[in-house]
Amino acid sequence: MNSEFKKDHVVAIDDFTVEEIKKILDLAEDMVPVAEGKEINTEFEGKILATLFFEPSTRTRLSFEAAMKRMGGRCIGFARPGTSSAKKGETLADTIRVAAGYADIIVLRHPQEGAAQLASTFSNVPVINAGDGAGHHPTQTLLDLFTIRKEKGDISNNHIGIAGDLKYGRTVHSLTKALSMFGTEMTFISPPSLKMPEEITDMLKRKGIEFHEVDRIEDKLDDLDLLYMTRIQRERFPSEEDYQKVAKSYLLEKKMLENSKDDLKVMHPLPRVDEIDADVDETPKAKYFQQAANGVPTRMALLKLVQGV
Amino acid sequence: MKGKEKKIKITPIEHGTVIDHIKKGQAMKVLRILDLVDREIDSIVSMAMNVNSSKGKKDIVKVEGKELKNEEFDKISLISPNATVNIIRDYDVVEKHRVELPDRAKGIVKCKNNNCITNQREPVDTEFEVIGEEPVRLKCIYCKREMIGEEISKNVI
Repeated sequence: MNSEFKKDHVVAIDDFTVEEIKKILDLAEDMVPVAEGKEINTEFEGKILATLFFEPSTRTRLSFEAAMKRMGGRCIGFARPGTSSAKKGETLADTIRVAAGYADIIVLRHPQEGAAQLASTFSNVPVINAGDGAGHHPTQTLLDLFTIRKEKGDISNNHIGIAGDLKYGRTVHSLTKALSMFGTEMTFISPPSLKMPEEITDMLKRKGIEFHEVDRIEDKLDDLDLLYMTRIQRERFPSEEDYQKVAKSYLLEKKMLENSKDDLKVMHPLPRVDEIDADVDETPKAKYFQQAANGVPTRMALLKLVQGV
Repeated sequence: MKGKEKKIKITPIEHGTVIDHIKKGQAMKVLRILDLVDREIDSIVSMAMNVNSSKGKKDIVKVEGKELKNEEFDKISLISPNATVNIIRDYDVVEKHRVELPDRAKGIVKCKNNNCITNQREPVDTEFEVIGEEPVRLKCIYCKREMIGEEISKNVI
């Protein structure tokens, strides 16, 4: 890999240029055979990855560990804060300095915003942000972009619908920022109480990005090239009744896809709860399980990026 | 005598710094920003609040025997962008500055986001990028949240 293209840390998607994102996606594409176990790779032999998960996350942690192991490396870490010394009152700064003495790369998931930025200032090994509170989750965004490009052949020339909790969802904020870098047209689909924050729509206006806001999935579904569904969380609603009302209207069912474009693709960062009916799974439009699998080559590319290999 | 008293409500100082045109009600925060509240200092520090001026009410802070440096007084611009700083020697104003916004603000303001890592027990000072002038806008370098105008003065450490 070109040594000029190396990042010390991966904290936020905004830290990357469009050119850098494209290079990461190209590299991820090259790593697909390794991720699928069809090609042997030993680039990380003798290297250790520390996965420090102060919040549980199945896919992110497992795909990082799979990525490291498929490239010959090993993993240490914890999956819950109860098993770390944070429980005893240790600062994150100290946990990071200690882990940096044990591992070559640190992957961090933490409930507080800015945790990865802080960790990067205390670590003498690369830190990769695997989600910090409501803040950033750049590796999810990169795997989303990888999936969009793989399924649609291109990121820019699409009309992408983003549905669900757009107010609090960090995944959709990061994705929207990233898509705006590619000039992609977007439609935001959410209940009025969970609309995209003004900070983000103002940014899109400043950049001259075309976007629309609607309340129901059906309002724009037939125009879309790709629909990105996200979960609406129960705890965002004052009562179970309010939640049920909204949840029902955000259920994507097979019959709703009848008039959609033939090559429409449906993505979801998972876990899904009530928002995509199981009957959609069998259609060729469903790409969410492939999307989860794409986490492995994308994270391989990121490990290579920070390690400079 | 009464008339004279009125005139010298704000007494001149022989030597030191006068910070004038501080936004009304912000004088205490200026003292905190300049670290003149808790620090052991020899200077006499005086403060006048709600003073009439041609542009309405203002606050004034005087620090006797100490000439403040740009990097110290520029921090005031975060909460009072129109403040002016007069350096006094022998009762004369020898230098007059307008406060200028710094590029970064370190350890002056607390992040408004309660869930920001800097609001936890971590060994770091808060740090913000100054991203806007009128009104002043700050962006936390950790959680990337933005703070604007009143939010900034409310969160002075």
